[in-house]
Amino acid sequence: MFKKTKLWAIMLIVLVLVSVAAGCAGEKQEPPKEEKKAEQQAASGVGKKEVILATTTSTVDSGLLDVLKPDFEKKTGYNLTIVSVGTGAALAMGEKGEADVLLVHSPKDELKLVKSGAAINRQLVMHNDFILVGPAGDPAKIKGKKITDAFKDIAARKAVFISRGDESGTHKKELSIWEKAGIRPSGSWYQETGTGMGATLGVADEKGGYTLTDRATYLAQKKNNKLEIMIEGDGALLNIYHVMQVNPGKFSKVNAEGAKAFEDYMLSKETQDIISKFGADKFGQPLFFADAGKKEEEVAK
Amino acid sequence: MELIWQGILQACKLLLARDPEMMRITILTLKVSGTATLISLCLGIPSGVVLALTRFPGRKFIISLVNTGMGLPPVVVGLWVSILLWRYGPLGFFHLMYTPTAMIIAQSVIAAPIITGISIAAFQQVDGKLRLQIMALGASKWQTVMLLMKEIRLPLLAAVMAGFGGVISEVGASMMVGGNVLGRTRVLTTATVLEVSKGNFDVAIALSIILMVLAYGVTLGLTILQQRGKRI
Repeated sequence: MFKKTKLWAIMLIVLVLVSVAAGCAGEKQEPPKEEKKAEQQAASGVGKKEVILATTTSTVDSGLLDVLKPDFEKKTGYNLTIVSVGTGAALAMGEKGEADVLLVHSPKDELKLVKSGAAINRQLVMHNDFILVGPAGDPAKIKGKKITDAFKDIAARKAVFISRGDESGTHKKELSIWEKAGIRPSGSWYQETGTGMGATLGVADEKGGYTLTDRATYLAQKKNNKLEIMIEGDGALLNIYHVMQVNPGKFSKVNAEGAKAFEDYMLSKETQDIISKFGADKFGQPLFFADAGKKEEEVAK
Repeated sequence: MELIWQGILQACKLLLARDPEMMRITILTLKVSGTATLISLCLGIPSGVVLALTRFPGRKFIISLVNTGMGLPPVVVGLWVSILLWRYGPLGFFHLMYTPTAMIIAQSVIAAPIITGISIAAFQQVDGKLRLQIMALGASKWQTVMLLMKEIRLPLLAAVMAGFGGVISEVGASMMVGGNVLGRTRVLTTATVLEVSKGNFDVAIALSIILMVLAYGVTLGLTILQQRGKRI
């Protein structure tokens, strides 16, 4: 009877725990259909019905994709896997063929990707705007100025500025403004967080610093911080989102039909309606403006 | 202070309402980390036996690697497992990226060295004379190992707890290889990160409380098992 050591008892317990957990999952009371399907897909490990969307943190952190994902899955039968990273990382995933479709907001870099042949069918989906937020006291006295002037003043006074520092769309926009202002930001007043927009707003609030943010994340986070809008409505602060497919001609493992289905879904009238209303009930103003079918120049006006 | 109360309140609400979303996340967390711990046990204890009770060239080097592995950073594991499992990675044809299986693989890589390392130390702790005596009494190799395991069940259970605690609490690897996909690969730690970046601190606190309760519950069960029949 020596072999019946307690060790086997432990292994048994772990095993039981796991199988109980598995059993519970099976017994769950009528989960929504598409999720059940998703589970089956996950269990079988087959990737054919799976569409991988690489996107920016702002579309997830604002809650928009929480609304669109179940709707898309219900309408098309695909499973959407959302990988939420900075735009830089999302584009890199497209470049390596590790995603099927991209929803990003860094037009310059997007064009590079299209030119390289890694992405096709780039379409305008929506826009909102970037805003410069900062502490209520406004230590650099920049409220209402032009954005490039404001950046110059912040640098001149060495007021604390919190940068995303993560190659995201917002970070790239910020860098382009520094470039326009002719400043290479460095020093103890310029701090890079290397995290998402939500976390960066938290850091800016704690440190009493300025930061550039997309309006959607700012509104979604407003309840948690005391940052105020310093500059908005400047033409340079437009934030434009495009959807594009990763080129199946270049990457054979890409789910081309699924990516096309997602792109069509994003551009369809119903989805554009959802986008243009999203957030209005919660924040008193919509977080995004739907732009399908428009050209970039029209939005910029 | 108010935030903490709100969080606790929210946790109670989610628990009492048996919020289906939260239930699924909790169950997946248990499933993934439990399976990973089990796999690590199956790998770790035999390796521990071999490394502790046999002698071969390069053994010390391997043990030093195992001991380093006990502190393997989850993000490093996440990165390497991702590179292997990506579509165009060497193991891409399995289509495992962003699945619970990928998370189990990553977590097993994290837990296996912990369990192996503690097992090696535990087996070597046993008095060599005991081993000789057991063998002298005519026990086979298998019987000897079994008897030794009985002897060191306390540290072995500690190994299980350390391994399980390590994987249920890690976020870096799960985030990278799982992708935090709602309803499929979202576990308590990754959900907490997401809720924090969304600014929903009350939900995040609720999730963290559930995670702690879960980790405590499992560890408590193992501790009772470990301490059963122990007298001073």
